[in-house]
Amino acid sequence: MSGYTVDARIRWTEWIPFVVALAAFFLLPEYLSLGARILIFILFALSLDLILGYAGIVTLGHSAFFGLGAYTAGILSAKYGLTDPFLQLFFSGIAAAILGVATGAIILRTRALTLLMLTLAITAVLLEVANKMSTLTGGADGLSGVVVAPILGLFKFDLFGRTAFLYCLAALFIGWWAVRRIIYSPFGAMLTGIRENRARMHAIGAPVYWRMVLIYTISATMAGIAGALLTQVNQFVGLNVLGLEPSGDLLVMLILGGVGRLYGAFLGPVIYLIVQDWLAKQYPEYWYFGVGALLITVILFAPGGILGLIDKCLQLFRQKSSVKASAR
Amino acid sequence: MPAALQTEKLCKSFGALTVAQNIDFRLEAGARHALIGPNGAGKTTFVNMLTGALAPTSGRILMNGEEITRTPQAARVKLGLGRTFQITTLFRRLTVLDNVALAVAEREGVARRMWKAAGRHGEIKDEATALLATLGLADDALVPAQDLPYGKQRLVEIAIALGLKPKVLLLDEPAAGVPSDESRKILANLEKLPPEVAVLIIEHDMDLVFRFAQRITVLVQGEVLIEGTPAEIGADRRVRDVYLGEGVHA
Repeated sequence: MSGYTVDARIRWTEWIPFVVALAAFFLLPEYLSLGARILIFILFALSLDLILGYAGIVTLGHSAFFGLGAYTAGILSAKYGLTDPFLQLFFSGIAAAILGVATGAIILRTRALTLLMLTLAITAVLLEVANKMSTLTGGADGLSGVVVAPILGLFKFDLFGRTAFLYCLAALFIGWWAVRRIIYSPFGAMLTGIRENRARMHAIGAPVYWRMVLIYTISATMAGIAGALLTQVNQFVGLNVLGLEPSGDLLVMLILGGVGRLYGAFLGPVIYLIVQDWLAKQYPEYWYFGVGALLITVILFAPGGILGLIDKCLQLFRQKSSVKASAR
Repeated sequence: MPAALQTEKLCKSFGALTVAQNIDFRLEAGARHALIGPNGAGKTTFVNMLTGALAPTSGRILMNGEEITRTPQAARVKLGLGRTFQITTLFRRLTVLDNVALAVAEREGVARRMWKAAGRHGEIKDEATALLATLGLADDALVPAQDLPYGKQRLVEIAIALGLKPKVLLLDEPAAGVPSDESRKILANLEKLPPEVAVLIIEHDMDLVFRFAQRITVLVQGEVLIEGTPAEIGADRRVRDVYLGEGVHA
C-alpha cells in the first residue's frame, strides 16, 4: 500500500465505501443512527491503523484519545456553552493531541508488552478520572445536556439522523484523504520501515523515536475528533467511551477488516457493528459469543482479515486466468 | 591527517564480563581494513560501539578527528557512518527497491515529508534503482526482500548501507552463511566500492579477508592481539595459534 514503487492515484474501487455510504443514506433511512456510529468508528479505526498497521505500535489504550475527545466536546458544550460543532471538533482534536504527545513521549520509549500495558494503564486512569470528576463529567450517569448548534448555522441535527450521517461522512472523507496521503508519502513508507525493522531504521539514521511520537500524536488527534463526533451525534457522553472495552472493540474491528490495509478500517467496523446490532436484537444475552466466534474464525482462517482473504482470492483468480491464457 | 575513524582505549564490560579492553584502533581514510578474531572476541560489540548502538564503558571514539563517543546513532549516520549487519536485517516484507529507497530518502531528508506521494519522488526511486543495478539486483527491484535467495539478501544488506553514501562503511560479516561461489560475487561488489570510502570489514571467510584487506587487526578476548598487513598477519605465530589454526591460509 505504500512505498516508492506504488502508484498513488486513487483507483475506482477506493470510491466504493463512499458510494455505499451514500446509497445507504437514501435506501436505509431507518438505520442512519447506526450508520453514523459506523462512520465514526471507521474514522477511529483509521487512526488506529496508522499506528498499528503502518508503524507497528500495538496499543490497547486508543480509547483514551477517543474518550478525551468525546468528553472535551461534551464538557465544552454542556458546561461552557460552546455549541459550534467545528469548534468542538477543533478543541477535542487539540486536547487529544496534547495527551498524545505527553503520553507518547513516555510510553514510546518502551516496547512490546510494556508498551501494551502502559497504553492500557493510561486509558484506565482516564476512565477513573472521568468517573470521579462527576461535577464535570456526570460520572457514571453520563454527561447529558450536550447542545450542538446547526452546522455552519444552516443544518440542524435532526431527529432522524440525516444531518448527523452526512456530517460524519464528510468528516470521514477528510480523515480518509489525510490518512491516505500520509501512508503513500515518504513518511508513510518510513513508517512501514519502522514496523518491519526498527534496528535497521536506526542504522540508516532515522530518528525513530521522534517519528513514532509524531505519528502517535497525529493518530491521537484523529481519535479525539472521532470521539467528539460521537458526542455530537449522541448529544450525550457515557463512561463507556473510555477503558479497555472500546479499545478492545476497536482492535477487534481492525483485525476483522485487515490491519495495515487502509480499507480494513472501513470493512471491520461495518461488519462488527452490524453483526453486534443484529446479534444484540436476536440473542441479547449471548451476542458477545457471536462476536467472539467471528473473530476466532477470521484469525484462524484469514490472518490478514477479511480484506486479506479477498486479496488472496483475487490473486488466485488472476493466477488461474493467466495460466489459462498462457495455456492457449 | 586524522583517521576516518579512531578509538582510544575503548572499553566495554557487561557486569564482570569484559568484551572490549583498551582498544586503540585507526581506520584511515579510504582504507580497506579487516577485523578478524575467533568467535566471542568482541568484534560485533566493537562495531556496535562504533555505530552508537552500544555505549562504551570508557574510552573515546573519533570520526575525522571529532569526538563522537556520545553522539546518537542517527547523528553518526548523518556524519557518514554506514553499517551492515551480521544477521540479515532487512525490511522483509518491503520490496528490494523500497529497502534501498528508505535509506536514500533518509539521507536526502525526504523521509519526513508527508504530502507528496513517495512514488512521485522520482529522484529517490531513480537513485535506488541505479544503485541496485550496480550490484546486479536490477531484476529483483520489485520483489519483497524476504523472497530473495539468501546470497542476494546479503547484497541488499550492502545496498541499503550504500544508499547512505557513507564515508565510512562497517561491514559485519557480509558473506556470513553464503556459499563460496556467491561469496565471490559479494567480494566482487566490495571491490567496486568507491576508493574514497573507508571500509572496515569483519569476516570469517579468510579467503575474502586476505584478498580484500590491506590491513588486518586481530581481536582476541576483547583485546587487539596484533595489527598489520595480510602478509604480516599470515606469518604471525600467535595469530596462527589462537585463530587461524594449522593448515589454513598462510
